[in-house]
Amino acid sequence: MKNLININDEHLKELENEAIFVMREVAAQFENKVLLFSGGKDSIVLVHLARKAFWPARIPFSLMHIDTGHNFEETLKFRDDLAIEFGAELIVKYVQDSIDNDRVVEEQGVNASRNKAQSITLLDAIEELKIDVAIGGGRRDEEKSRAKERFFSHRNEFGQWDPKNQRPELWNIFNGRKHSGEHFRVFPISNWTELDVWQYILNENIKLPELYYTHRRKIFNRNGVYLAWAPFMQLKPNEKVFETDVRCRTIGDITCTGVTLSKAQSLEEIISEIAATRVTERGGRYDDKRSEAAMEDRKKEGYF
Amino acid sequence: MKINGKSKNKSLLRFTTAGSVDDGKSTLIGRLLYDSKSIFEDQMEHIVQSGKRLGRKELDLSLLTDGLRAEREQGITIDVAYRYFATPARKFIIADTPGHIQYTRNMVTGASTADLAVILIDARKGVLEQTIRHSFIASLLDIRHIIFCINKMDMMDWSEPVFTGIKVELALLVDKLNITDAHYIPISAKYGDNVVERSENMKWYNGKTFLNLIETIEIRKNKNPENQRFPVQTIIRPHTSEYHDYRGYAGRVAGGVFRPGDEITVLPSLRRSKIKSIDMFGKTLSETIAGDSVAISLEDQIDISRGDMLVASDDIPVISQDINLMICWFNERPLKVGGRYLIRINSNEAGCVVKSVNYRMNINTLEHDFENISVNMNDMAHISIKTSKPVFFDTYRKNNITGSMIFIDEGTNETVAAGMITVD
Repeated sequence: MKNLININDEHLKELENEAIFVMREVAAQFENKVLLFSGGKDSIVLVHLARKAFWPARIPFSLMHIDTGHNFEETLKFRDDLAIEFGAELIVKYVQDSIDNDRVVEEQGVNASRNKAQSITLLDAIEELKIDVAIGGGRRDEEKSRAKERFFSHRNEFGQWDPKNQRPELWNIFNGRKHSGEHFRVFPISNWTELDVWQYILNENIKLPELYYTHRRKIFNRNGVYLAWAPFMQLKPNEKVFETDVRCRTIGDITCTGVTLSKAQSLEEIISEIAATRVTERGGRYDDKRSEAAMEDRKKEGYF
Repeated sequence: MKINGKSKNKSLLRFTTAGSVDDGKSTLIGRLLYDSKSIFEDQMEHIVQSGKRLGRKELDLSLLTDGLRAEREQGITIDVAYRYFATPARKFIIADTPGHIQYTRNMVTGASTADLAVILIDARKGVLEQTIRHSFIASLLDIRHIIFCINKMDMMDWSEPVFTGIKVELALLVDKLNITDAHYIPISAKYGDNVVERSENMKWYNGKTFLNLIETIEIRKNKNPENQRFPVQTIIRPHTSEYHDYRGYAGRVAGGVFRPGDEITVLPSLRRSKIKSIDMFGKTLSETIAGDSVAISLEDQIDISRGDMLVASDDIPVISQDINLMICWFNERPLKVGGRYLIRINSNEAGCVVKSVNYRMNINTLEHDFENISVNMNDMAHISIKTSKPVFFDTYRKNNITGSMIFIDEGTNETVAAGMITVD
């Protein structure tokens, strides 16, 4: 895994060409289009690719954020600034509203997370706004059930994914036809790896939230994963909060986003760190540790 | 094109693997990832745990590639799974496809985007019907490079005559199928011989290890450098004061090289114009080649919409309502002669009626069946269709992009078949 930084970046060009092709198919085949924007690096890369795909026109998608209410403050500001800078419409839907309207029962206990509840809020928003396609930053290298995912992934009228009955996807022909009430999830960066995303961010000089770089933060250790501490998080008796230099490898809901001990200040340093690492990106995601098929089950229910 | 002194085609290699679970396909991929240090600690811990639950004694690398719960439970691969790994020499995308005949459609899917096919053969069994099937699909999908891995050599005492015997038989098949670039490697995926590390047990083999071969094999990405083809996906109209009159045709070059000033013809209108500029995110390009996603603008205002194609004026593809093609049928409901389907060819869409099934391929023996030829799921057949309007296309052999299509059932919206256009 060493020396990956020096790899010929022509492969990034091919991945970019493919992602732009997919973005343009979405624009041509669907009516009511959103790009799922979390403030994380993958969705930031998606926005960048969308800008390239349609330049000099504006991005033909609204940005939609499903807000768990458990965010890193910096992410929200970054999100708002980005939407303004690129002239994109921003739609925010709150998990708290789903809880208040009794659509979701809030998880209790020390491991409580609103990660799973996001699916309900997302599906409600898709129905309410008559969205027929949601572009996501999911990548096949992230997780084993994602490895089976299509670029154009069909969802039935209940928003569910049927992994055993997916449409075959050949060459670069994408079939986005559907009945009313159904929708598609589209994943333009399906074929990218974590390292590809970082190298692309470096090559394209894409701005990221500061959370991705080293900073001082209060954290604690839960079952071998470092989690960022926040006032609403419950600690187990043996868990102690301490402050140290960390950075986020992924950014999601605070309750389930692991942080990495790191002093990496630049993209180059981050890339060296990732190239040398021996744990996958989602190894720090507490939401995936719940069971062997945790992601598969959430995806069937309508997760991102 | 050279970048940093390195040849362009050294960048990304997409390959497909065919073979059944019994051939050791999953073990080969697992071994490749394991020995190239592409398996991470948490994934490793995961397969150790899964193996314990399933009562396996030895480390079972095949568990790494099974994605869905049903696949792990039943120990089978149902669907195409994509794997990623990199070495300092190259990046790889593996389309891992199940090998049994009832999954032919998945193998076709995986093969449609591959530069290279890896076909596994059990050294104890030699060339079987499924070897013929896998090789045929690879050649039909126009994969130019095939690596035959003769696996389980450990169970044949690492015997050179066994390997040579199988190789001779495969070479005959390769000739018959017009496969231009074939390679043969004796391996043991289970113990790692000739996968990443050179085998100590088979010193008689002087060729490359599997990893070394896929790292170094020359792949030509642009299979069609001559014929200019640009299918239009969508039109970019900014409606801003700065770019008030800008009208860009967005698409991905499907063949040839385009440069500003080139004379082009628009299909289906047959109107002619010249390329004014080729744009990508504020940059004006001096040329664009097959595979590039760009926006092209023309000197003249012509009515162009999605599904149209820009081509060289002196090299126009076939324009016709009658198409002959080889199809792979994907759906549980059989193909209907006289039935109507939608076809999508690039960004173009048309209705079609199936005029005739000319023959069904026996993909295990390569014979043509002419009697009682119903076309069911996973069957391959040569058919003739008539489209609802003239469409423009090349043969699949000439251009994989402008010569391929999918069939959609208008009632269910499912993709029911994939087709490769033939001369007759």
